[in-house]
Formats: sequence, C-alpha cells, structure tokens
Amino acid sequence: MSQLDDLKSAIKDRLGELECVIGWEQGYDALHATPLFIRTEADLDRLVIGPLAVHNLATYLTAYKGKKIGVVVKGCDSRSVIELVNENLVNRDDIVVFGLCCDGVVSQPKIRAALPADPGFVESVTIGTDELKITVAGQTVTLKKSDVLADKCRVCQHPNAIIADVLIGTKQNPAGANSLACQEEFEAKSDAEKLAFWQETMSRCIRCYACRNACPMCVCRDYCIATSRDPLWLSQDNSPAENMMFQMVHVSHLAGRCTECGECERACPVDIPLMLLRRYMNKQVKDVFEHQAGTALDQTPPLFTFKVEEERIHERGW
Amino acid sequence: MERYITKQNLTRLAEDLAKTCRVLAPVSSCGSVTFRRFQPGMTMDLHSRMAAVSPKAATFPQTETLLVVKRDATEKKPELVETLPQGKSVVIGCRPCGARGKLIFNPVYETDKIKDPYFISRRDNTVFISLACDRPETTCFCHSVGSGPADTAGSDILLTLVGDGYVARSVTPAGDEIMKLALFEDAGDKGKEADAKNAEARELMGEAHDYTSAPAKLLARFDDMDFWQAQSAKCISCGACTYMCPTCYCFNITDDDLGLNSRRIRTWDNCMSHTFTLEGSGHNPRSTKAHRLKNRVGHKFSYYPDLHKGVIACCGCGRCIKQCPAGVDIRQIVNAAQEYSE
Repeated sequence: MSQLDDLKSAIKDRLGELECVIGWEQGYDALHATPLFIRTEADLDRLVIGPLAVHNLATYLTAYKGKKIGVVVKGCDSRSVIELVNENLVNRDDIVVFGLCCDGVVSQPKIRAALPADPGFVESVTIGTDELKITVAGQTVTLKKSDVLADKCRVCQHPNAIIADVLIGTKQNPAGANSLACQEEFEAKSDAEKLAFWQETMSRCIRCYACRNACPMCVCRDYCIATSRDPLWLSQDNSPAENMMFQMVHVSHLAGRCTECGECERACPVDIPLMLLRRYMNKQVKDVFEHQAGTALDQTPPLFTFKVEEERIHERGW
Repeated sequence: MERYITKQNLTRLAEDLAKTCRVLAPVSSCGSVTFRRFQPGMTMDLHSRMAAVSPKAATFPQTETLLVVKRDATEKKPELVETLPQGKSVVIGCRPCGARGKLIFNPVYETDKIKDPYFISRRDNTVFISLACDRPETTCFCHSVGSGPADTAGSDILLTLVGDGYVARSVTPAGDEIMKLALFEDAGDKGKEADAKNAEARELMGEAHDYTSAPAKLLARFDDMDFWQAQSAKCISCGACTYMCPTCYCFNITDDDLGLNSRRIRTWDNCMSHTFTLEGSGHNPRSTKAHRLKNRVGHKFSYYPDLHKGVIACCGCGRCIKQCPAGVDIRQIVNAAQEYSE
C-alpha cells in the first residue's frame, strides 16, 4: 500500500473516537493544497499528502483544547506538537498524532521563480518522486524537486515525526547540510547593510499578522500586544520602523519556543524573509542554552525557568 | 480617445509624471510585486504577475494622518493642524479589478449626509492608468461580479498590450489630458488588435458564475453557526485577505502620542480581527473566527448588495484566495451557501 493509503486506513481506524482529523486536500488549483478537516469517511477520499502539503496543521490544535482530535504531521510539524504539549498548551492525551516520514515540501516562491509564466496560470501538475511536471499558460516544464525544495527541508534534521501515535511511511534520512547560504550571506552583512535591508523589506509589510496567526506557537492571537489598545504598546502606523518593532516583539516572544517550521515566512503575502530572524535567534538559544524547541517531550523552554546563575552565561566573567 | 504608447514611452511617461505628482507603480523586490512610489531609474514590473497588494492605498492609504496636535510647554491651548491630502497621484499598471475597487467605497464615503474629505480628495486627485489582463489566473473571477478583464470602470485610461506597446483608451477627461502628451502616438488600426485581445481574454474566463441568489442565500445561513464553523475551520483569522482586498474599506482610528505633540491616524482595520467589534464593555459580538468570516463573506455578497442596488462588494481579483496562508476560497463559501439545502 502507498503511504497515502496507509494513512487513510490509520485515520479510518481512529476517526470514530475523534472530533475530526486535520490533514490536507487539493486547494484552489493543481499547485496548491489546503487544510482538510476530516469528520466522515467520505471526507477521507479528499485527503492528499506530498510536497504541496506545506501547512503546519499543529497551528490549529489550541483551538480544539478539551476535545479529542487527530492531526497529520510532517517531521517539522511534530516539533510544534511537542512544544505545545511541553508548554501545557494542549493535552497530549487529547491528540492522536498521525506522523509522516517526509521527504520535503516545496517553496511556492521558488516554483514561481522557476516557471516560465505566473503560477496563477497553472493548468496541471504531476508529482513524481524527484520532480514536478507543471503545465502553465500552455507550456510544460519539469522542475527538479531538489531545486524548489523549501529552505527548511534543505537543512531538516527531523524528517520523520518525532512523536506519533501512528508513524506512516519509510523513514527518511536527515539532510546532510546544516546551514543555509542565504542565512550565512545575510549574517555576513555589516550592521548598516542589515539596517538598509530591513528598512526596504519592512516597507512592504502591511501588518496583516498572517505571520503571527500562521505560527503554531503564537498562541496569544486575539490578545496580542500588537493590537491592544489599552495600553497602546505599538502604533498602528505601518511605517518600516513600527513594522520592524512588531517583528522584533514577535521573534523575541518565540525565543526558545520557535520550532523553525517556517510558517511565518510562508504565510507572508509579500514574501518577507522572516526566517532570517528566526534562525538567528534559534542559533543564539542553542548556543547559550543547548536547547532546540520541540525536539523532545518534557523539555522546558529556557526562558520558562529561572536560575540565579545560568551555566553558559558568565555574567561575572564580563 | 484612442492612441498608442510604446513600452519605452510608458516608462518615460511615468518618469515625467513623477516630477509633478506621486506615481504609484508595481515594482518587484525580492520576488514580491507591490505598488511603490515610482522614482526615475526604477523599473516597473507590469507583466510578471499581478501585484500582491491592490492599489487601494492610492485613494485609501494604510495610514492616513487625520490631524496633528501641537502643544507648547508654556501654552495651555494645543494647536490643531489639519492634514488634508495634497497633490495629485497617478497609478500606472494596476489591473482593471484594482482600479474598480474604489467604486465600492463611493456610496459609503460620499453620501448626502457624510462626506469623507480624505478619501474624496484622494479619489478626485488620482488618475488610474490600468492594464487589461490577457489571461485569467486560477483565482480570477471578475467576470462573475459584473466586470471583466478589460473593464474600464474606475479607470481613466485602459492599456491593452499590442506589439511592443499599448493601445491606450481614455474614458475620462483626466485620461484625455494625459493622452494629449506627445509620448502617445496615433493608434492606426491597432485598436482592432486590442479589441481582439480583450475579447480573447474574456473568452478564456469561461462562463460566469451567477451570484444573483447569493444575498438571500447567505442571509438564510445567518444564524447557522454550524455552517460557518465548517466554512471557517481552516481560516487562521489573520488580515491578509482584507488588507490585500481592493474593496475592503474598514478603518481604525488611534492617537499616537509623541511627547508634546500627538497625531490622530486612521489605519486599515480588518473584520477578521478580534478587536474589530470588541466593545468598550469587553463584550464581543463576533467572538470567534466563524462569526468574523461570516461577516466578511456576508458583507461582500449579501449586506452590501442589499444596501447598494445589488452591487457585489468584490471585484473578483482573487487576492484573498491566493494570498490566504490557509487557502480559504471565498467563491467556495458563497457557492456552499447558494447550494445549501435544508
């Protein structure tokens, strides 16, 4: 049986005891998947997995707190489930995790850059093991999956769901690379260059908060300080400075909690490379606290604890 | 008036206009196309893709300063400074759907009783030079909401790509004025080619969906929260759809205190946000995303048409569909209401 058939059969076995199971289905065109909320066996016919199933469905879990539900996760998404459990934001016993062994998902901006015409003109997509055959505006092109792979997949250390009640598929190997050229290039820039970069980039931000709401760990949502009126922490002015301030608040609140699923960057309608901030912050957290969020159950995020003397912060040595 | 302008001369037109007015044009940066203030030396990106954000900021900016309050440490009475928008703007290279969006604002911001001076001033001082579409994206449905790929409603000039330039058709006096410039040349018989391209683009869109029953059918589902919970299950309640939308016109007003001075600003609001209907008492009539999505869809396809002669408050550009992080499809929701059987 295929991985999809195995998954369908596993979900079918558990569906009766669950409010719903969250997976993916074909979206508004052949190049896009969209989240699917499976409530009946008939819904299962629409389930899809594969390189277009990009959404981290763990984002929806907190909304179902107190109910028993199922969720289909890739390796990266499973880290978000773990982090939510570790922070007591969801109850592990209420969630049935259908874990996938994942060989990577695509980046839509990379596909867009590789196609001869706007992906909005897509006519058909055939997904092979290592390639995608895409017909767009009457022209058919074959893209190597490795060329359009999401950045997070290029350095993925957890392709197989870390926690799973049912693990589906053949285990995949972690990526050989552990750093991205785009990150290294950015970090090598001077402070002045970085400032100029963010001023330009943040002038595109429209403060729609797609980055915030797509984030599985941004659980304040309706009560975010970015939109509070009393006190008015942030101006509603969408100047580059205010936009950057919001992004700084966002990234700081995720210190030690971000699972690097990349949903913030994927959700951004104006392609702001938010992962540059996340990866940098995560690297600091790893260096200082030897912590990577969502990699094991029973971890405590470092900023959730207080120690008079942090082992790796030598305050008196400064 | 019908004339022709080469691609090169269109760039020169943008450069010339930028000397005296604010020119907004689609510009590509890091793979994202958005409307930016055009300056000589910049490259307009008219054809690679439709701009991610609509051109509505030309007449309804994301942040509008309504007034400035100046205080002097020694003076007791603060000085109020009016900040009505000044100067002229030209939008170049928006699609017909983007230009048409602001027409939805008119019956709201300019009535017998209420006149919004900020919007009216910007609207009356902005010229829209739109570009007709030559093929529909999978998310396009302008033909189903009373428009089409070569619609001139809301535009002053409509360009259609023919050869290495554009057939330009002006539909307003402001458009005529610009087309008198020497950068435009005689169109010869290129107009026929433009007609054929416009017709072909419309043909490619296929049959229009009939939304006639939508207002009543959506109203019939108003109290059916099971329906709205199912439709909104994948919505993440962010504001991407409303901020991208050419026809969403809701706003917030907040005061920014800057020491002795302060300013009152009007910024885009969005009905997907918790704070949109949060009342002073703490009560929120739209406490869940299901309530909020119901409002967004209902407003566009039911309440607004009921109040404004059946006009659907959507121009079918499809931005809310393709830019939605979760792929929520407004067409699918309205269809579900239309096809709903008890």
